[in-house]
Amino acid sequence: MNAPVLPASLRDNPRPAQWIGFEAEGRVRLATGKVELGQGILTALVQVAAEELRVPPERFRVVSGETDTTPEEGFTAGSQSVEASGGAIRQVAAEVRARMLAAAALRLNCAPSALEVADGRIVQDGAPTALDYWTLADAVDLERPAEGGAALTPPEAFRYIGAALPRVDLPGKIFGGGFIHDRLPDRLLHARALHRPWPGAVLRAPDEATLSRVAGGPVGLVWLGDFAAVTAETEALAARAHEAAETRAAWSGGSPRVPVPSEPLALVGAEATERLLDVPGRATATPAVARVGARYLRPYLAHGSIAPSVALALWEDGRLTVETHSQGVGNLRIALAQALGIGTEAIIVRHRPGAGCYGHNGADDVALDAALVARARPGRWVRAQFTRAQELSVVPFGSAMVVDLAAELDAAGRPVSWAMEVFSGTHGQRPGHNGRVNLLAAEALPGAEPTPPAPDVPDAAGFGGLRNAVALYDLPSQRITHHLVARPRLRTSSMRGLGTHGNVFALESFIDELALRAGEDPLAYRLSLLSDPRGRRVLETVAEMSGWAGRPAGGEGIGWGIAFSRYKNRAAYLAAVVELAAEETISLRRVWCAVDAGLVVNPDGAANQIEGGVIQAASWTVKEEVRVDADGSLPASWEAYPILTFPEVPEVFVRFVGSAADPSLGLGEAAVGPTAAAIGNAVAHALGVRVREMPLTRERVAAALLG
Amino acid sequence: MNGTIGFTLNGRPVNVSARADDALLPVLRGTLGLVATRFGCGAEACGACMVLLDGVPTNSCTLEMARLAGRNVVTVEGLGTSDAPHPVQAALLDEQAGQCGYCLSGIQIAAAALLARNPDPSRAEVTEALAGNFCRCGAQNRIIRAVQRAGRMMRGATP
Repeated sequence: MNAPVLPASLRDNPRPAQWIGFEAEGRVRLATGKVELGQGILTALVQVAAEELRVPPERFRVVSGETDTTPEEGFTAGSQSVEASGGAIRQVAAEVRARMLAAAALRLNCAPSALEVADGRIVQDGAPTALDYWTLADAVDLERPAEGGAALTPPEAFRYIGAALPRVDLPGKIFGGGFIHDRLPDRLLHARALHRPWPGAVLRAPDEATLSRVAGGPVGLVWLGDFAAVTAETEALAARAHEAAETRAAWSGGSPRVPVPSEPLALVGAEATERLLDVPGRATATPAVARVGARYLRPYLAHGSIAPSVALALWEDGRLTVETHSQGVGNLRIALAQALGIGTEAIIVRHRPGAGCYGHNGADDVALDAALVARARPGRWVRAQFTRAQELSVVPFGSAMVVDLAAELDAAGRPVSWAMEVFSGTHGQRPGHNGRVNLLAAEALPGAEPTPPAPDVPDAAGFGGLRNAVALYDLPSQRITHHLVARPRLRTSSMRGLGTHGNVFALESFIDELALRAGEDPLAYRLSLLSDPRGRRVLETVAEMSGWAGRPAGGEGIGWGIAFSRYKNRAAYLAAVVELAAEETISLRRVWCAVDAGLVVNPDGAANQIEGGVIQAASWTVKEEVRVDADGSLPASWEAYPILTFPEVPEVFVRFVGSAADPSLGLGEAAVGPTAAAIGNAVAHALGVRVREMPLTRERVAAALLG
Repeated sequence: MNGTIGFTLNGRPVNVSARADDALLPVLRGTLGLVATRFGCGAEACGACMVLLDGVPTNSCTLEMARLAGRNVVTVEGLGTSDAPHPVQAALLDEQAGQCGYCLSGIQIAAAALLARNPDPSRAEVTEALAGNFCRCGAQNRIIRAVQRAGRMMRGATP
């Protein structure tokens, strides 16, 4: 018989003690390498552990994302946490329960099958015994690697999985605390960094005496090459000192930014690595009678977290401890070691909750800022915080994209050939990606080498620029060309969904255009090209939820649009319908989503993720765009980078249609592509003209109407 | 340069040593150790730092200490506690109205002020009252429902 296959995270961290421990007073310690980003993951993981251990959720204490205490599980990213960490925890918890029952059976001299667990207590033939997990803990070796194969609880017996458990972390945040921003250890030194305003800029920093005089208190300066930071005993003084330093710092050399008419179009024709992805399709027998093509644009996008990034660092006796809201503590630890020239064993990195994280934001960069200052001021905790301007302008952006689609059509308006070209910067420059440091200040330190062009996220990780470039429809072979632009004009990395926002906007707009060309209902046209039953079901469900069949006729200013994708072509299926009013501006009214994510561990938490994904993608699609200003600057305020406000948000309705018997599918990023495309399709329905460039602003809508 | 500024904070008189041109926010978080009020932008754009100033939602990131003498300031800590939550706080939990939660302090303040003058707001009245509060995670619909639920609680109606 073959050995059972362990979930990957459990294979990497095979000792049950790495995941689960039994603490005093009936508490259970649950450790995970995945971290809370506001997505509710810790609550879902507790539900999974509670289910298999037969211990109610309130007994759990969760430890997450600490290089010295928790399993290493890579980045909390890509909608994979429930699949990866949840899968490992479910298996290891079931095995711990089995080992406990075996130990209890020895003590009670009975068969393990006569025993079960209720609230952590061992029950024999329905009657309580003197044994429980805590009394048995010494008799069970949780250091012995997991073997896998322990029987999992069947869905029909679930008590906690599938329940809408309230978030474990929300009360602390509502009553005023709970964030890394609120960690204020004694003798804290506040730091604010100066970062290069453009690539390669050379810094001449003002001196401490000047800064102290202007800021009105004692100010320190740490100046290393083209990186500097001011330090002060209070946050208010640090902020004043930073303002003074920004005004008085002199930057020269390098490559100052200049504006261009279109950031996405600047990608076309730029130096790029090209490759072809040929996706086999159905054979076509009908002749082509027409050829159509269209180009779709997505701008650079900013994360726009509500909080500025923060990190704390303590350098003591050559050892560094860092507190961070990074998505990957293990990778950050390696990158910090490389940047600082010390061994990883001298560094501990611990996750603490930050504000909403939608990808590779400033958390890692500011951690190096704090570490550099801490090394210069050993023996004290140093707290580094970005300014709002830095949070919007120096952290990595989601790459701009250009997507060209072309198809030949038969007499029935169905594609008989299909070609796509994607132009994009990389979507993967996280710390440690491709063996690189990828931390902002590291490139400004004395002697730093310029960073060579970065590759993209590997195909096996779900693609970067080509994420969701492959259409799920029954198409002829898809010929997809990826132009990975070597040096995009802005620093790019992973942002929610990577290429899926641009690609699904393009694909699902194009399909809509083909449907209209064929004179068919966009839903019916899609279904005629879709044999995947789970895809059909989300489309049919969202049509029923929204009353698609009764939608108004288009062209009168009210528009309905529909779109569909399966995130990464292997995670959750989602179909969306958008209702909007397009007059002078676009007013989003209602959005319906049908989702198949297989087994949903926490339906309310999952719905919250879908709702949030819809609203964030709506904001990207109708409002957001990073542009280089006439003076060469990037957006430095919310005024320069507006996002969707309360009066502008649509109502969102979500329904899950998957089966609990199917494995959990990642869903945190599933909404962003379909939402964007459904908005574009609704605008086309409302106005009779199509806007193929995001964001769909008043100016672009007006230009499209003028033809 | 520091002077002593006296005002009422969460129902109690306080005297704080601060510069006249210091903003209230770092004084709250640093000197006074009240960390519920949060820094978001420093430019009155996002609402994360809102406090009630004489009952009016006010961004504290630019609110100079000199303006506080004799005034009445309420922060989230003064709205309620986990043992005795304000209806807005209870309703936010009931509706699970948040993702990261960072924006919720300022939203509680703006919502409490709205409900104090209008305990039965329409969706449009809620969104108008929260127009100065950003939520990047996209929890707005839950927050709107929570504010309306809190209004029902305050009116003694079925939540």
